[in-house]
Amino acid sequence: METLEFRFASHPAGPAADPALCGVVGSGNLEILIRAGDDPAACQLSIKTSARGFGDTWRAVLGDFAAAHAAGGTTVAINDMGATPAVVTLRLAQALAEYQGGAQ
Amino acid sequence: MNAPLANRKSWFEATARARIGGLLDAGSFVEFLQPAASQPSPHLAQLDLPGAFDDGVVVGCGRLEKMPIFVIAQEGQFIGGSVGEIHGAKIVGTLRRAVEEKPAAVLFLIDSGGVRLHEANAGLIAISEIMRAVLDARAAGVPVVALVGGSCGAFGGMGIVAKLCSGIVISEEGRLALSGPEVIETVMGVEEFDAKDRALVWRVTGGKHRYLMGDCALLVDDDLAAFRSGAAEFLTGWREAGPSLAALRSSQQALENRLAAYATYRDGLDVWAALGVAQPDSVPLLDSDRLVALKKGLPT
Amino acid sequence: MNAPLPREWDSLRQSRQRRLERAATLGFGKEIPVDRIIDLLEAVIQPGDRVCLEGNNQKQADFLSESLADCSPERINHLSLVQSVLALPSHVDLFERGLANRLDFSFSGPQGARLAKLVQEQRIEIGAIHTYLELFGRYFLDLTPNVALIAAQAADAEGNLYLGPNTEDTPAIVEATAFKGGIVIAQVNERLDKLSRVDVPADWVDFTVKAPRPNYIEPLFTRDPAQITEVQVLMAMMAIKGIYAEYGVKRLNHGIGFDTAAIELLLPTYAADLGLKGKICTHWALNPHPTLIPAIESGFVQSVHSFGSEVGMEAYVAARSDVFFTGADGSMRSNRAFSQTAGLYACDMFIGSTLQMDLAGNSSTATLGRITGFGGAPNMGSDPHGRRHASPAWLKAGREAAGPNAIRGRKLVVQMVETFREHMAPVFVEELDAWQLQKVMGADLPPIMIYGDDVSHIVTEEGIANLLLCRSPEEREQAIRGVAGFTPVGMARDKRAVENLRDRGIVRRPEDLGIDPRQASRDLLAARSVKDLVRWSGGLYAPPSRFRNW
Repeated sequence: METLEFRFASHPAGPAADPALCGVVGSGNLEILIRAGDDPAACQLSIKTSARGFGDTWRAVLGDFAAAHAAGGTTVAINDMGATPAVVTLRLAQALAEYQGGAQ
Repeated sequence: MNAPLANRKSWFEATARARIGGLLDAGSFVEFLQPAASQPSPHLAQLDLPGAFDDGVVVGCGRLEKMPIFVIAQEGQFIGGSVGEIHGAKIVGTLRRAVEEKPAAVLFLIDSGGVRLHEANAGLIAISEIMRAVLDARAAGVPVVALVGGSCGAFGGMGIVAKLCSGIVISEEGRLALSGPEVIETVMGVEEFDAKDRALVWRVTGGKHRYLMGDCALLVDDDLAAFRSGAAEFLTGWREAGPSLAALRSSQQALENRLAAYATYRDGLDVWAALGVAQPDSVPLLDSDRLVALKKGLPT
Repeated sequence: MNAPLPREWDSLRQSRQRRLERAATLGFGKEIPVDRIIDLLEAVIQPGDRVCLEGNNQKQADFLSESLADCSPERINHLSLVQSVLALPSHVDLFERGLANRLDFSFSGPQGARLAKLVQEQRIEIGAIHTYLELFGRYFLDLTPNVALIAAQAADAEGNLYLGPNTEDTPAIVEATAFKGGIVIAQVNERLDKLSRVDVPADWVDFTVKAPRPNYIEPLFTRDPAQITEVQVLMAMMAIKGIYAEYGVKRLNHGIGFDTAAIELLLPTYAADLGLKGKICTHWALNPHPTLIPAIESGFVQSVHSFGSEVGMEAYVAARSDVFFTGADGSMRSNRAFSQTAGLYACDMFIGSTLQMDLAGNSSTATLGRITGFGGAPNMGSDPHGRRHASPAWLKAGREAAGPNAIRGRKLVVQMVETFREHMAPVFVEELDAWQLQKVMGADLPPIMIYGDDVSHIVTEEGIANLLLCRSPEEREQAIRGVAGFTPVGMARDKRAVENLRDRGIVRRPEDLGIDPRQASRDLLAARSVKDLVRWSGGLYAPPSRFRNW
């Protein structure tokens, strides 16, 4: 297992009352927990992943997420079981939408 | 006839949280011990494995057709829905709270292979505590309904737990047994049971077989809405009967009769034929309504 | 003065006559007893013969192949094999045991690693690796078989053959062999007094043998819907909305992967909701994919012509004769040569997947240490310059590529891939493994499956790249990088250039297409399991046991 921590500048997310959880810790999948953070202009992320050695890929995927979405003021915790970047990107979008009450 | 197939929301494929969402009255669910307030299993962390914030089980309260109910939903995709220490404690705590608060029912969405081997004794103790807590809830007059239709079925200790519940609502995709197929093959050899023969496994543990054998109260489609109406149907007019020696004796006798009648059969097909099913081969493709009708017409 | 030797003009016929006489001397009539097949093969096959062992990605003349491999290399050697597929262990045995030494073929699949080893040990000489159509073409030019060993479902006493739904390559092989002085030997699954349908007339067939077991057929086109991921659903949504709908693609071929299976299963749901029924996917060159059943049952599909059949689909196909090509007896007749021709010239679109793609859009399924060949994908996945008839999709693509005054159209050749395969292997690469493979194997060309200049669109989970609209190699490269996700190739993109391409509609993201990725759910699939497919078929589809969990 590898633990990674990142912090990216991001436009402030809309206010949300409750933390949101998305996804499942299953093979090729991950779970994402989003809750309010301290800095409204930054997204703070911590990842526990079963796949070692993909720190640069995580940095790129999460950095793109923080740049493309208004995710400032959030703390994101991820438990990962070898999800591909495609699945991570999809789950992040789902989790943020749920956090902001825009769940389907 | 086919169009509804495309419109179903599969219970088998849904996550534990999605199942709760489809099962309860919209927006009524309130989670006990939310993920942000919980912590992953310390045992898994020691083994350098990623945990899950909810340790693979979601518990809380909500409403089913306006009735107040408690719900316990295991997540089969997380380590096979296995019962670890925290996972078990959440289930036991919910059942004990039901004894105090007396909701109309506890809906137990079982999707589990049993004990989490990584947590060995803690998991075994947790399962025995769950068994006791289920019986305590029922003794307090709170029905506990098992809903079985996930990818992991209800095996091992959770197979026993399912049978301790007031009743079981199962889909044809659901499976229910004590020892898992792989365990039987490992212990007794492939001649005894070929765990890779998925069709055979299904014919001796699957929802239709369990329903035909009378092990389950209701057979429903693999659909969130079908489980919702199945759970409501089961609870309509249901009252927990107190423990009775006569009832125990009669179910013991039924089990002995079953052993005498079917112990030598190797396949569900043989059992169904012996039950009086005219075309056992047709059973796998019958939709649930037709199978229910078929069971009604069987000699008793 | 040397008078020219009198030329014999019927040496092939004489050779054929001598072979038949040798067989007659051994007491053989048309029907060969199964235990004497080796005697027959040794009597009619000569050293140096060109032999076609029928087989492709589905049907295999496996009994005749094993029997030939058991012949004496003293009697039979230096054979040159000309055949679609090198797929069976016994095919490779022929080379390892010294009966054959030269091979012209199309596809090797499961034997790819053994074949590569033989080439490196110089125990086999590869003439060329072809597409199916090229190889069939050469059967009628310079690679005509002396002997064809084929597989049929049934024979009658005269030797007429019924080929069954898996008609496949047999008509092309038999025609080339029987009409150029060759010998045709058929293994059959059963002997019948009367055939329900005659696919090959008896006077084209010299010998038949009833094989001890039915010829092997691989269920190659069965994809279990349970294994389709939500990322594949997302890509399928993009393909349907961004390509099928925009070009109005009616005539098409699909590859065999889960990506295109997802599209087939979204037709009755997502595509129907977009109002596309009757507007797309009406006519197909396609094997009877089980995952197409819901679209057929929903009325999307008007016609399907097939290369081969698919195990378990026989009764369904027979019961849907308006859609499939079936004989008066009711059963399907497939034909690889004709269906490939349809795929090449009559389809407006090919969509398939690949293992690797480079920055020019070239793609390859070759990996080091394996020679796998091509099959039919390059024929269907290429823009045929010989096409002359127009269709709206073809014209629109042609005008996107060459402007409003284009003098011809373009076939849509779409590659659909997730940016990473399993084990995080990137699909997008700077250089294809095919180049290294070429060096190791001493081949004339790198084994490229689809040439980049034929590719019109690339679909990944990140978006769609429309290469038709690119005006320079640099633009193509950035368009490809722009959908290559977080692969090293994708991360090395020029972000500003990609945003510029996006403004011009060359790179399109899901949101540009009005697609919310969060709606990409498996619940959109019309069938989520093989059992669902059986139900859609009204119980007519009978999947092989390995795909059943009941």
